[in-house]
Amino acid sequence: MTTTTLAVLVPLLPFLGAAAGLLLGRTAPGFVRPLAVLPTLAAFVLAVLVALRQGGGRSIDAATELTPTGSVPIELALHIDGFAALVAVLVGLVATCVQIYSTGYLRDDARYPSYAALVSLFTSAMLLVVYSGDLMVLLVGWEIMGICSYFLVGHYWETPEARAASIKAFLVTKLGDVPFLIGIFALAVDAGSFRITTVLGAVASGGLDHPTLIALLLLAGVAGKSAQFPLHTWLPDAMAGPTPVSALIHAATMVAAGVYFIARLLPVFAASSAALLVMAVMAAVTMLGSGLAALAQDDIKRVLAYSTIGQLGYMTGALAVGDRGAAVFHLLSHGAFKALLFLAAGVIIHAAGTNSLAATSRMKGLRDRVPDAYWTMTVALLALAAIPPFSGFFTKEAVLGAAEHVATGHAEGIPGAAGWIVLVTGLLTALLTGAYAMRLWLLAFHGRGAEAPDHGKQPLAMNAVLWLLAVPSLAFGLATGALSDWFDGRDLTPTLTTSVLGTGLALVGGLVTYGAWKHTTALAARVPMGAVAAHPEGDAAQVEAEALASHAPAYGDVAAAPDPADPGRLLLGPLHRHAAVGFHLDAVYTTLFVRPVQAGASLVRFLDREVVDTYVHGAGAVPRLLGAAVRRAQTGNVQTYVSALLAGTVVLAVAAVLVATGA
Amino acid sequence: MSLTAAAATVAHTATTAAGATVAHTATTAAGATTTAADAHGFLSPTGVEIAFLLVGLVTLGAAIVTVTTRQLVHAALWLVVALGGLAVEYLLLTAEFIAWVQVLIYVGSVVVLLLFGLMLTRAPIGRSPDADSGNRWAALTVAIASAAALVWVVVDAFRTTWIDLDGAAAGSTEVTGKALFQNWVLPFEALSVLLLAALVGAIVLSRKAKATPATASTPSGLSVSAARSAKAANTTPANETPATETAPNEMPATETPDSGTADNGTPAGATADPDKGGAL
Amino acid sequence: MHLTYPAVLSALLFCTGLYGVLARRNAILVLMSVELMLNAVNLNLVAFDVWLSRAAEETLHSGQALTLFTIAIAAAEIGIGLAIVLAVYRNRGTSDIDKLRDTAEGPDSDGPDSDGRGTDGLDSEALAAQKAEATA
Repeated sequence: MTTTTLAVLVPLLPFLGAAAGLLLGRTAPGFVRPLAVLPTLAAFVLAVLVALRQGGGRSIDAATELTPTGSVPIELALHIDGFAALVAVLVGLVATCVQIYSTGYLRDDARYPSYAALVSLFTSAMLLVVYSGDLMVLLVGWEIMGICSYFLVGHYWETPEARAASIKAFLVTKLGDVPFLIGIFALAVDAGSFRITTVLGAVASGGLDHPTLIALLLLAGVAGKSAQFPLHTWLPDAMAGPTPVSALIHAATMVAAGVYFIARLLPVFAASSAALLVMAVMAAVTMLGSGLAALAQDDIKRVLAYSTIGQLGYMTGALAVGDRGAAVFHLLSHGAFKALLFLAAGVIIHAAGTNSLAATSRMKGLRDRVPDAYWTMTVALLALAAIPPFSGFFTKEAVLGAAEHVATGHAEGIPGAAGWIVLVTGLLTALLTGAYAMRLWLLAFHGRGAEAPDHGKQPLAMNAVLWLLAVPSLAFGLATGALSDWFDGRDLTPTLTTSVLGTGLALVGGLVTYGAWKHTTALAARVPMGAVAAHPEGDAAQVEAEALASHAPAYGDVAAAPDPADPGRLLLGPLHRHAAVGFHLDAVYTTLFVRPVQAGASLVRFLDREVVDTYVHGAGAVPRLLGAAVRRAQTGNVQTYVSALLAGTVVLAVAAVLVATGA
Repeated sequence: MSLTAAAATVAHTATTAAGATVAHTATTAAGATTTAADAHGFLSPTGVEIAFLLVGLVTLGAAIVTVTTRQLVHAALWLVVALGGLAVEYLLLTAEFIAWVQVLIYVGSVVVLLLFGLMLTRAPIGRSPDADSGNRWAALTVAIASAAALVWVVVDAFRTTWIDLDGAAAGSTEVTGKALFQNWVLPFEALSVLLLAALVGAIVLSRKAKATPATASTPSGLSVSAARSAKAANTTPANETPATETAPNEMPATETPDSGTADNGTPAGATADPDKGGAL
Repeated sequence: MHLTYPAVLSALLFCTGLYGVLARRNAILVLMSVELMLNAVNLNLVAFDVWLSRAAEETLHSGQALTLFTIAIAAAEIGIGLAIVLAVYRNRGTSDIDKLRDTAEGPDSDGPDSDGRGTDGLDSEALAAQKAEATA
């Protein structure tokens, strides 16, 4: 088979699996698990084959015109370069891991068939985005991901949090997608084609008329999808979905789609220095804010969600300094270790029966209950904090190195200010990352107090996947030298200055947190807290749903807990209160968008109920009144009828006589 | 001819009683031309006119009493007066055959028939306060309005028209008979068919309740008993026979289709039929 | 004789009969009023026939002939009418016209005219349907 055929099969197989799963889900439950795992696994293998055949060389392009549109043609096009090949491998790997993990995690879930089919559909859409060489086809995958995310976040739709979160995720991403769509149209009109290669060719020859406008419009969609400030607020709430969904969608793939999109069209963005500056500022605010917020969260998954936002900020920062190699490099390693973190967090939630760090910090011996999760999560957290020699170190240093490269004025066409902004905030975020990684590790695994409950061993599917993902988290950095060919040929090896600075700051953050934890942990015994799931013997999904639903009643908030033993509270000081709620951005949105929309809706409702309905009711009431009057005349009394008849006759006769006599 | 002579003498005596000379001049002038308005005056009544007016007032008064009295039987009797007054008016108009027909048929049979009807429907003897329906004021309005319109139109149209009553009687039996059996013989025969049809119809209507006893026994029995109870609730004075006595009489009558039950004294059917025959 | 006298008398009698037809409750009294109206017409016919028989050379005496016909038809009418009234009286126990209201619309129909054939149930059902419609 040619490489093109293989590449076409990569998105197609999960799609067919999803369709078959949806069709057979009820009638043949035995086929659901193979239909979920095998197509995804096959897609992964094929993606690896495609990547090997492509080999970082010339990009593979194939296109067939879908239908004549009369103006800008829409084509089914493949465009596989090194980025696409590697990202597809990552997507296939994470999706396969998640599907395997889900067979254990949602073991007894009644809605598993539709869940697995949606995950497969999602995987297919993401692979379509990755391989597509046509912007319209890419947009199709982009929107399918959005709707799959909506369904999967709302998987526990019995809980109000999940319902609200799914709607919020959908609406906020749509808020970005509308400008995104307009931007794509504007780009296609300027370039005369939806084909990415043609667009890039037009950009290279300076054919874009409105580069800044197009870049900013596209950036809005990217900010929505990749959860960048100010459209990031849906991602922490999306943690109300099942943990595998968080791992797949909200860590490794969908949120990476925005970054990947910019990486594909980076020349378009680079054509406008204003857009690059905006991206840099966006990335800086995102990184710092998410780091602070992550330090204040009580829900394990929300900590990871803010961490995801921060790491995506790194990637956006790398793109802002014009280095897509570093961005996609970090995307790859981050996808691996963040998926691992989420999946391990799922194991912890299942074992502890709670998603609250305040509760796990009062449990002794949780790490002995889940040794696999403990060790793999340690690896992943070290990678997250960018401690050498774990994968995160190499990729983050690539980003910081690129920023330093720009800041010191070695790059042309890219504002130095962007470089400085990304560099400084990147280093500060490294400090924060070290701090919240350490806090998470300490609170989750080093609790003191009552013995952790024993809920039995986790399913093999869940633990095996953790180790599978631990390998790239541990060793991806070794590929640094080999991968530079795939990414525009730029050297990705870390530079000394940024390495020392970044690692040092991360270590400082971790150590300070450790000190604070030492100081505050004595308080934990005095303030007993915690609530565990009511059905610990159930499968992990049920435990998680109950933990999510009980967090707000037990601790007063879905995100924070009034825990004095939290080192984050000591470190953040007065800032903790604001960081716990995401710096009140939701309140701002409520003021800016929700309330005006609701006020408008109530106005419309008022107009509909009181004004429009008045006419409608009036239109009905007048004939009804007339009908009542006429009905009153129908007395059944013949004499009345005859009286009316004769009276009318007299009137007519008199009138006739008057007319006849000319009076 | 003796009837015509009698009518003429009645007219003449009326004329002489009213005042002779004026009437004679008027009638002779009218003989010249009927449309010569100047020969007549509104204030030049002949004796016939005065008699016509007086009898007309009586007739109208009797008619008004007929439609307003609260005693139902009295209404029928006042109707006799009104119809009789009309017969006199016919005589004054020299239509004597019609006058006698009026007396024979209306006064003789129609009013009797109406009285029968009143009795058979157990109309109350004496004053009944609810003789008029609630429609009275509307009826009065319509009646007065139509009266005003009709009188206005009629007076406006015929104020210069006179009838010449001199000479041979216009409606003597001979004249009427000739006209009827020469020019109107075909409608006359058709009329006899109509009367036959009315006869049959009246019989059928009267016997309808008993015509199909086998199929409609239970519903008709129910309806009769319902009617009985409704009538009992009406607090009719029930002068001769209480309702409880006739009810058991009717129930077997509806159940057995035998013809021998007719002599059980059912109030409506058996006795009404001969009356219809007599009326026609 | 002035033609206005019989014409006006006829009009007044007719309107008296009209009042009786419209105002009387008992069906037989209504029949009497109808007789009055018919007689008013008869008077008109006779008066104009007499006038015409003098004014015109040739006359068919149509007025008198028609009067005779009217009298005969009135007699037939009174026979049929009384038969109907008696039939109604037998069925309903009353000969009051304003209590025969089977053609009345809706809930205004009162007791005596709703015979015992289940129209009450139908009426209440229709009423309920109307209420449901109104609240909807």
